[in-house]
Amino acid sequence: MGDGSEVWVRAAPVDAFPENGGACVRLGARQIAVFNLSRRGEWYACQNLCPHRKQMVLSRGMVGSAGDVPKVACPLHKTTFSLTSGECLNSDVEPIRTYPVRVEDGHVLIGLPRSRDGR
Amino acid sequence: MVGHRLCVKLRERADSERLSITVYGEEPRPAYDRVHLSSFFSGAGEDDLSLAPRSWYCEQNIRLRTGESVIRIDRANKRVHTSLGATEDYDELVLATGSSAFVPPALKGTNPPGVFVYRTIEDLEAIQRHGSLCRTGAVLGGGLLGLEAAKALLDMGLRTTVVEFMPRLMPRQLDDGGAATLRSRIEALGVEILTGKEARSVLGVDRVTGVGFSDGTTLQTDILVISAGIEPRDELARACLLAVGERGGVIVDDHLRTSDPSIYAVGEVALHDGLIYGLVGPGYRMAEVVASKIVEGGAAATSVFQRCDTSTTLKLIGVDVASFGDPFGTSESVPIVYENRLKGVYRKINVSPDGTRLLGGLLVGDGSDYGLLHQMYLNEVRCPENPADLILGTRSASNGGAGTLHLPPEAQICSCENIAKGAIESAVREHDATELSQIGKLTRAGTACGGCKPLISDVLRCVLEGMGRTVKHALCEHFDYSRQELYDVVRVTGIRSFDLLLDEYGSGDGCEVCKPAVASIMASIFAEIATAQATIQDTNDRFLANIQRGGTYSVVPRVPGGEITPAKLQTIGRVAEKYDLYAKITGGQRIDMFGARVEELPFIWEELIEAGFESGHAYGKALRTVKSCVGTSWCRYGVQDAVGFAIRIENRYKGIRAPHKLKSAVSGCVRECAEAQSKDFGVIATERGWNLFVCGNGGAKPQHAQLLATDLDDERCIQLIDRFLMFYIKTADPLTRTAKWLNGLEGGLEYLRNVVVHDSLGICDELERQMEALVRSYECEWKVVVESPELRKRFTSFVNVEDPDPEVRFVPIRDQKQPVPWSA
Repeated sequence: MGDGSEVWVRAAPVDAFPENGGACVRLGARQIAVFNLSRRGEWYACQNLCPHRKQMVLSRGMVGSAGDVPKVACPLHKTTFSLTSGECLNSDVEPIRTYPVRVEDGHVLIGLPRSRDGR
Repeated sequence: MVGHRLCVKLRERADSERLSITVYGEEPRPAYDRVHLSSFFSGAGEDDLSLAPRSWYCEQNIRLRTGESVIRIDRANKRVHTSLGATEDYDELVLATGSSAFVPPALKGTNPPGVFVYRTIEDLEAIQRHGSLCRTGAVLGGGLLGLEAAKALLDMGLRTTVVEFMPRLMPRQLDDGGAATLRSRIEALGVEILTGKEARSVLGVDRVTGVGFSDGTTLQTDILVISAGIEPRDELARACLLAVGERGGVIVDDHLRTSDPSIYAVGEVALHDGLIYGLVGPGYRMAEVVASKIVEGGAAATSVFQRCDTSTTLKLIGVDVASFGDPFGTSESVPIVYENRLKGVYRKINVSPDGTRLLGGLLVGDGSDYGLLHQMYLNEVRCPENPADLILGTRSASNGGAGTLHLPPEAQICSCENIAKGAIESAVREHDATELSQIGKLTRAGTACGGCKPLISDVLRCVLEGMGRTVKHALCEHFDYSRQELYDVVRVTGIRSFDLLLDEYGSGDGCEVCKPAVASIMASIFAEIATAQATIQDTNDRFLANIQRGGTYSVVPRVPGGEITPAKLQTIGRVAEKYDLYAKITGGQRIDMFGARVEELPFIWEELIEAGFESGHAYGKALRTVKSCVGTSWCRYGVQDAVGFAIRIENRYKGIRAPHKLKSAVSGCVRECAEAQSKDFGVIATERGWNLFVCGNGGAKPQHAQLLATDLDDERCIQLIDRFLMFYIKTADPLTRTAKWLNGLEGGLEYLRNVVVHDSLGICDELERQMEALVRSYECEWKVVVESPELRKRFTSFVNVEDPDPEVRFVPIRDQKQPVPWSA
């Protein structure tokens, strides 16, 4: 994950995130949902905003899988999104933005774009 | 019933401006369901038997005169005279007077108290009153009605004897083999059967003591029910000189017109082509014909009545009896018989001599093949190479749907409502029906006698499978088990973690469907509270509050029975003011406070708990509220302590997780101010205790609760609710309310009643034990959270900064606040 063009930002200690669940971090003005898929030994991050009704809630959604694809279900209307591609899996809502994640020294790091794109 | 159906069919065709309708009925109540009359003894009330309440007649602009019979028809002036001295002119008159019980001539005249006929609700009430003082009972008549009456006596706990004049039971429907099988099945239930006995006299002076027979023998009995057949109520027709049959019945033509063209006759009083039909199906057809004739003038094809199929399927004292076509083989035919005395099953079919056509048949003891055989007969479907295959063994689930596949679209599936296979198929295809109940609502198929329900299920399954939709019950892609199966897996293995269960019995990483379902199952089995595995909970259960628009939460403290002190009201007011929450009274008699940020929740609850409140579980698939009226505490009509009982129930079941939310109510009298009949379980006070209703709900598809049991004392009522809830919790699919669950339950309410009231599965002890364990392990989840610094830490907007979420914004609304509107 990451193509070298991002800045890695320390989000929070690993134990701030529940196993097989998510929590939200605020990095500047950006709200980012971080998911600890401990069953898979994988971490994912995406925008906290659900594009369906534009609500800051995705970090409180349930995670799981559809086939092999890791996913999150929005807690408001159960819209589901792929955590790898960001695309919506069960309706025609626009995709969500995902971010690369790394774990170092007991901390979760998020890769943010180097150039502030205003998001 | 046919009279009521006629009203329905008339109003479908003509409103009150076009057609004014008056209905006269001798009985004190509007028309009711006589087909299921005997369910009166297994707990059904007057309302369960009702076809339509008085209000329906009102809405339809139909004048309903009950307790007022027509005593004379003045044909010359087209006028009727009633028992109350009134007169009314008519343009057209329909006789739907039905029939009365046939009493053998030797027994006519004055009889001592304790002799009854079996015809009306009044008869049944009288039988019930007298029967409660009896130990033994006898029924004269071993036909359909006689056996129904015998079931009633049996249900009342009497030692029951059935006396039949002919040498076998149900002589008009069954052959010797079928009758012998039926007899052995009924005798096995403890009913004594005497055949070939002619009753000559009723014994007893002050009250009946027995019956005397023509062979000189006698039978002792404390109550005698005469149910030996029916006689058309044609006395009005006779008096005004309409043509009647030799053995009774008003003669009608193919438009159901009597010898006076302005007068029609329908139902059991009509004699068509030499036949009186004692079945509801042909009666309904008659109603349709007359309605069409009166409104449309007979041009429509529907206005001709033709000789009807009298095939029937019945359950008599729990034994299936079905016959179709020519069961006796009176035409040229070859019988094929399968008889299994061990299991009490008899099946006979008559096929054409070349073995290709099914001409008729009889089924006793197992009627499951009736629908298919009947349809093969009606549609002249070619028999399989070996016709005996049709009656050997029983249909298994795997080939259950295959049979209806061969039927043409015009094949009649529901004979009472005259619904063809094609209509059911289009209900499935065009209206997305996936359940029997939906098909009933869309087409009326299966809503009268219900005998065709297995067949409808077959058609449904075939169409769904044809559309590529497997009718599977697997929870989701991660578990190839139904919720009920998974419940058993968890109970048997004792697995307490979702991850472990997924490793052992599932695949993948779970999803938003299986996670909350497993959470609910584990909560029910291990009395686990929602904080134990927070991330498999829906957000509401994870944060123990209801997420609302804008991402904030609402808070609902429990207010058992809706009873609250002014001091507690003030606490709610103070807390709502302090945290700037929007307050609203809920439909369940409590108060909801909206707009709490996630990090505020533990602080809000700390104050509520301090003041004596508990979690209201508004966020959970759990008991919400037990609504109550004030009952005897204040109300001048109350007959029981509704509030006290509601509080007791609410405190008993609070916190218990179920497949879906549960709502309840207790009404202190029959006025039903608490609306208990719209709840998953509702209790209504009677003079003698409580009536318990189950499986109602409001929502998108409102459904009235049905009466499960009557006149219960507090303890018995709670015992039945315990069993009912636990049975539901164990067997329902996820997110299935009790009403939907009951609709899908094979055997419906009767089955449910057998399981939870009569303990037919022998599981009631276990159900009660499991419920008791859940009740005893209750703890307030919010109290647990508030007292645990570790759990409190979960309630935060961000894990890296302590700030509240700046995106949460409100706008004013009527002196309070609401979240900013959804953006597009």
